[in-house]
Amino acid sequence: MNLPENLKYTSDHEWLKRLDNDEALVGITDYAQNSLGDITFVETPESRDTFDAGATFGVVESVKAASDLYMPVDAEVIEGNAALEENPEQVNTSAFEEGWIVKIKLLNPTQVDSLLDAEAYREIAKD
Amino acid sequence: MSELRKTPLADFNIANGGRMVDFAGWSMPVQFKSIVEEHKATRNAAGLFDVSHMGEALVMGPEATQYLDFLLTNDVSKMEPGQALYSLMCYEHGGVVDDLLVYKKSDQEYLLCLNASNTEKDLVWMETKRQEFDATVSDVSGDYALLALQGPKALDILKSICELDIDALPYYRFIEGEVAGAPCIVSRTGYTGERGVELFVEPKAAELLAQAILDAGEPEGLVLAGLGSRDSLRLEAGYSLYGHEISETITPIQAKLMWTVKLGKESDFVGKAALAAEKREGPACRIVFFRTGNRRIVRTDTPVLAGDVEVGIVVSVTFSPGLNEAIGSALIDSNYATTELSVDMRGKRLQLFSSNPPFIELNP
Repeated sequence: MNLPENLKYTSDHEWLKRLDNDEALVGITDYAQNSLGDITFVETPESRDTFDAGATFGVVESVKAASDLYMPVDAEVIEGNAALEENPEQVNTSAFEEGWIVKIKLLNPTQVDSLLDAEAYREIAKD
Repeated sequence: MSELRKTPLADFNIANGGRMVDFAGWSMPVQFKSIVEEHKATRNAAGLFDVSHMGEALVMGPEATQYLDFLLTNDVSKMEPGQALYSLMCYEHGGVVDDLLVYKKSDQEYLLCLNASNTEKDLVWMETKRQEFDATVSDVSGDYALLALQGPKALDILKSICELDIDALPYYRFIEGEVAGAPCIVSRTGYTGERGVELFVEPKAAELLAQAILDAGEPEGLVLAGLGSRDSLRLEAGYSLYGHEISETITPIQAKLMWTVKLGKESDFVGKAALAAEKREGPACRIVFFRTGNRRIVRTDTPVLAGDVEVGIVVSVTFSPGLNEAIGSALIDSNYATTELSVDMRGKRLQLFSSNPPFIELNP
């Protein structure tokens, strides 16, 4: 299973990549995109929207199913990934890189420490 | 939970990366690599589908033709040996028991290809309608694996592994002969809108045949394809699927399938009176195919709205790789069939644009 060691994960199959200045990128894992199949649409939130940890912030739709997106930590949205409007399949082809879904400002940065590391997530995702 | 049934290609499908799901009690591949990629490959080159879950029934006897003409809506009496015919099998009230293909082997022998989800029900129904006719019905589903080889390169791939005169085989005709050494019924039919064949083969030869097609086809761009792309291909082509556009309650008139219902044929048939009456009075509801102009995929069973009035329900939907948008069909109250229709998508209205299928150019 493709799981970068430098990311944090949730049991809802999101990943979080910490950036400088208490910012972070959030997306869905390679396992999640593979389960969903071909992704046709990603709904991202507006800039400045705020979410509590665990709140629904968008939806990923595939040829097979629609799946809610859950915010891993308390966050204010900086921007959604505009490239996904035209090319939502980037989530399939590059779940951890070009397929990032939302860029956020961490409102409570210490929450990141309590997310899963790659090893713990691997246990959840291995069926 | 009972064990899922396996096709003769179960090992082959799994070895080739098939993602197996429960379909009508069968373990079937929904996709191998990607539904969209399998769809595109079938439109541009070729796709190979395991559809061995489909049922087969053999109808034999001196009155086989008369029996089928009574049982089915299409005109079996006009068929020639070697011909295949699409037909519906209806209830007295006009609803549909199943849609099927009839293969005429001779005046006294016909093979029927049935939907997997309906096979058991069909056989019971066929038996109850058989009594007065000198004909027998037998379940021969276990005698056949069924492979669908579809796409613009399908016939070239087939020709490279058999000696049969495929070019002389018109659409909706079949021949019997060897393909890659395996005795087959080769039928110029399909469910994708593309040129191709369906191959009935004995179960023990199925894997060798599938491997031979894969080996011959891969250099031409052939891929193994699952039920996911089978559904998106058929919906782009505007073909009905039992349980969606037709069902026990959705009649052929509502589904715009009257081209396969011969009200004028010599024989009486099950459902004729009800369908003639519905045709006279006009159907209360009808199937409307739609485009959305949007990549968002409304889900099956979503209510359809005219203004704020609920006037129907979505029965099929898929992402169309050909149009790059979601397409589908809905059962709509006839009074609203030509009005502006929409659905609610998580609080946002998504318009449905009525559109007569096929959504793509058919090339069978």
